[in-house]
Amino acid sequence: MLDLTPDEWTAIALSLRIALVATAVGLPFGVAVAWLLARKDFWGKTLFDGIIHLPLVLPPVVTGYLLLISFGRRGPIGAFLADYLGIVLSFRWTGAALACGIMGFPLLVRPIRLAIEAIDQKLEQAAATLGANRLRVFATVTLPLALPGLIAGCVLCFAKALGEFGATITFVSNIPGETQTISAAIYTFTQIPGGDAGAGRLVLVAIAISLVALVLSEWLARRAGMRFHGE
Amino acid sequence: MLSVDVEKRLRARDGEFTVSARFATANGVTALFGPSGSGKSTLVNMIAGLVTPDRGRIAIADTVLFDSKVRINVPTHQRRIGYVFQEGRLFPHLSVASNIDYGRRMSGLPADPAETKRIVDLLDIAHLVDRRPGKLSGGERQRVAVGRALLMRPRLLLLDEPLAALDAARKREILPYLQRLRDEVPMVYVSHHAGELRRIATSVVRIDGGRVAAVGGKELLEELDADVV
Repeated sequence: MLDLTPDEWTAIALSLRIALVATAVGLPFGVAVAWLLARKDFWGKTLFDGIIHLPLVLPPVVTGYLLLISFGRRGPIGAFLADYLGIVLSFRWTGAALACGIMGFPLLVRPIRLAIEAIDQKLEQAAATLGANRLRVFATVTLPLALPGLIAGCVLCFAKALGEFGATITFVSNIPGETQTISAAIYTFTQIPGGDAGAGRLVLVAIAISLVALVLSEWLARRAGMRFHGE
Repeated sequence: MLSVDVEKRLRARDGEFTVSARFATANGVTALFGPSGSGKSTLVNMIAGLVTPDRGRIAIADTVLFDSKVRINVPTHQRRIGYVFQEGRLFPHLSVASNIDYGRRMSGLPADPAETKRIVDLLDIAHLVDRRPGKLSGGERQRVAVGRALLMRPRLLLLDEPLAALDAARKREILPYLQRLRDEVPMVYVSHHAGELRRIATSVVRIDGGRVAAVGGKELLEELDADVV
């Protein structure tokens, strides 16, 4: 129905891939950070919390620039990754996933942290009396009970990653087929005469993807909630 | 059976409170009896390993669970002590069947359908196994909690005010089930309610102000009924 050009399809597929990878790779770290913030008191916790939330308040261009100078080929981390592990992030889709993951990270952590904070720790004590060590308590009690928070965090992070523009374009530029996401493609269309039709098509696609993600998460969260209250 | 000799300073709202108690139990049901806030729950939590004593020793027969002198502190999950809490604490995300099976799985015991059936029948909870804990009545919940603790084959069963959240009719409903357990496993039964203990206890340790006030048989319950209830 929408007559999308091959380039537009590429941008859509790339956006989905980047957002999925950013969310999936970020999730284990997000759970670990959320658990630390919810359960542990340690020196520098406020600062740590602040750094995690920094991408939310910093101009995205700043985050992108910081990524460029640290993860770029000549940046300290980028050079190490390239020389020793053969991983190049700058101007690659993987770099876009890194930028999107960092921008979405605070949104991923927050709902998970709240969900873990809401868990009655007496249930975890009960699990310990029944013979579960700390890791198994976490896997069989904490994590399943925090599932609605995990779903919410993933959806928010995915949505943020899908729409991310500033940090991504600063770090990995706007290369069709490699780093040109839906957002970047729309931006490109608005810069060329007669690009309105293409921009309009991609705008519709972006709206559709976002709606599907929201409905899906609502449905998942309701199913997870239902498991706790009978049926 | 169980021997306890512990000391623990707690911060209470009105200054400090010290639990300092020494007692031993035989097989059967030992009642820890005393007014609310006398330190009974802290004592059972120390036995379970949920609270660490400042100093002392806790042992079941020859197995030392805690000894501050030689720095032994067996973690809760390795103590094999069943614990039935006042509020049941069933896992809301698991079915009743999975709740009952949880302790056995986590303790690494092989599945034993015959034993599971025996306990389930003993507690009359067979018709509940497919439900979620959220759909159970208070009395049903406590029976499931007892079953869950029993199926991990505990060396000792702790019950902390297991009937306190129930109304009188439900209490009468559950007590017979608990009486049936007397031959299953040694129990430490915490309550401030003399009537309930009179029906189930075989020996009594009276706790008051964090200390052991008296040790004896059920006659301790008779004397003190009035000022506790």
